[in-house]
Amino acid sequence: MTPETAPDYDETRGRPAERRAAWLLMSPALGAIALFFAVPLIAALLLSLTDFDIYALADWRNTRVVGADNYLRLLRDPLFWRVMRNTLVFVVLGVPLTLLTALGGALLVNSRLARLRGLFRTVFFAPVVTTLVAVAVVWRYLYHPRYGMINQMLGLIGLPPIDWLGDPAWATVAITILAVWRSFGYALVIYVVGLQAIPESLYEAAQLDGAGTFQTLRRITLPLLGPTTRFVAVLTIVSLFQIFAEPYVMTRGGPLYATTSITLLMYQQGFRWWNLGNAAAVAFVLFALIIAATGVQELLRRRRNA
Amino acid sequence: MTRPPWKFLAVNGTLALLALLTAFPLLWMISASLMPAGEAMTLPARLVPSRPTLEHYETLFTRLNIGRTLLNTLFLASSVTAVSLLCNSMAGYAFAKLRFRGRRRLFALLLATLIVPPQVTVLPLFLEIRALGLVNSYGGILVAGIATVFGIFLIRQFAQGIPDELLDAARLDGASELRIYFTVVLPLMRPILVTLGVFTFLTSWNDFMWPLIVLTDESKYTLPVALANLSGEHVQDTELMMAGAVVTVLPGLLLFLALQRQYIEGITMGSVKE
Repeated sequence: MTPETAPDYDETRGRPAERRAAWLLMSPALGAIALFFAVPLIAALLLSLTDFDIYALADWRNTRVVGADNYLRLLRDPLFWRVMRNTLVFVVLGVPLTLLTALGGALLVNSRLARLRGLFRTVFFAPVVTTLVAVAVVWRYLYHPRYGMINQMLGLIGLPPIDWLGDPAWATVAITILAVWRSFGYALVIYVVGLQAIPESLYEAAQLDGAGTFQTLRRITLPLLGPTTRFVAVLTIVSLFQIFAEPYVMTRGGPLYATTSITLLMYQQGFRWWNLGNAAAVAFVLFALIIAATGVQELLRRRRNA
Repeated sequence: MTRPPWKFLAVNGTLALLALLTAFPLLWMISASLMPAGEAMTLPARLVPSRPTLEHYETLFTRLNIGRTLLNTLFLASSVTAVSLLCNSMAGYAFAKLRFRGRRRLFALLLATLIVPPQVTVLPLFLEIRALGLVNSYGGILVAGIATVFGIFLIRQFAQGIPDELLDAARLDGASELRIYFTVVLPLMRPILVTLGVFTFLTSWNDFMWPLIVLTDESKYTLPVALANLSGEHVQDTELMMAGAVVTVLPGLLLFLALQRQYIEGITMGSVKE
């Protein structure tokens, strides 16, 4: 989201009545953001530098400043590295899966040959508005090793059953598939908007030059969708970084921590063991990852435009 | 130029298959919720109930008192929506149409906060509402949703399209700035208020982590928290859990189906890029 160039009068003072009204109208929102966002943000940074725990919760004087200790302890904690590995799997698997499904779906929905476009778009988008906790409950049964629909369907095409949530290697995959199912519709809708912004004349020209479907896709559609793809990719990465309800409901982070996500780790540290200092450090690691992902996207964008 | 029929079939067939796969979990959820106990987990799998029954919904609403949870969630999501629509629309309008020094910088600062994930602020925010005595109260949940940068951004985008002449005419008539906001601006912003309202309501309805942290008393739980809690105790009762999932998902899904044009407009508008 980029602020467009503001009108000329933007930095003028405005009439006194107008200025007063502006501040009056903004005060509830700005006050709430200051109190319930800005203050906690700064407090979180300070918190991550202390050993704030359950004793401090009883009496804050039990808190000591420990500097970077929480961060250093994280780096030495095998569980932390397990969580980073899980996160990497979520992203490496989830991003291409989301992008391909969304792009494929968008191309089909946008095709001139497609019928019932509105209906299809609605169906693809429906999972996005479902309650994550509820669909995680549903998918837990779909993943049942013996009776689950997914294994029964795999059986129909002759594949052996998979212990989706019981096998550490598969559990990470299972969580990713659910996350992709729940959110690809969002990416699809954004892709449709991107596709509709491509001028029809380009396709007509390509057709006159005798370009085939795949050539047109590779030479025109995909390059012009570049900004959309980068945008969708970052959104997907950020949402995969924040996976929480899926493992909370389906696996409690197991088996063998294979589905413990960053946010679940933070939640457990903070609200189960009340190690708030520790948990705050985990939260800032998440923040750093998000900044890195967004930064890389911004870098790519600049290079493209330069 | 005639198009080969196989292309038509390929496009629509793939679409239909993808749509079926996408809808399947939700269709199965509804179907299983209507099955007699034990029928959803059989070999070979059943797709439709042998004899549809509402017994699990009955259990939910009588023995498990989910009606109250439903009303809790409805009340909370409506309150958050009403409060945040008012605050966001006032601020968004001010940023779009009222002149004051530092407007652009302040707005850029707000946009920059979008990069901060909610996980960062959640811990101190908990300590804060604990100090305010708001743990286990809807007030504690509400304060986190009073204003959102996304909402302010969306309103501002829309409000920039309101003609200045209209506001100036009202000013010439002697209307105060606040009066202009309530009588001229608010009615004009109706479409975007509906869009943001649906979006906010659904976000609040589906929200899980914050209510999970704030609410400690079962009688105050919202649907997602209650369902997560229930799924621990009733793992074996597949059909009952599916009924619970239907009760949780369906209201939001219906609201989306009724107002999907506005909703999708909102999220694509919120994603305006370069």
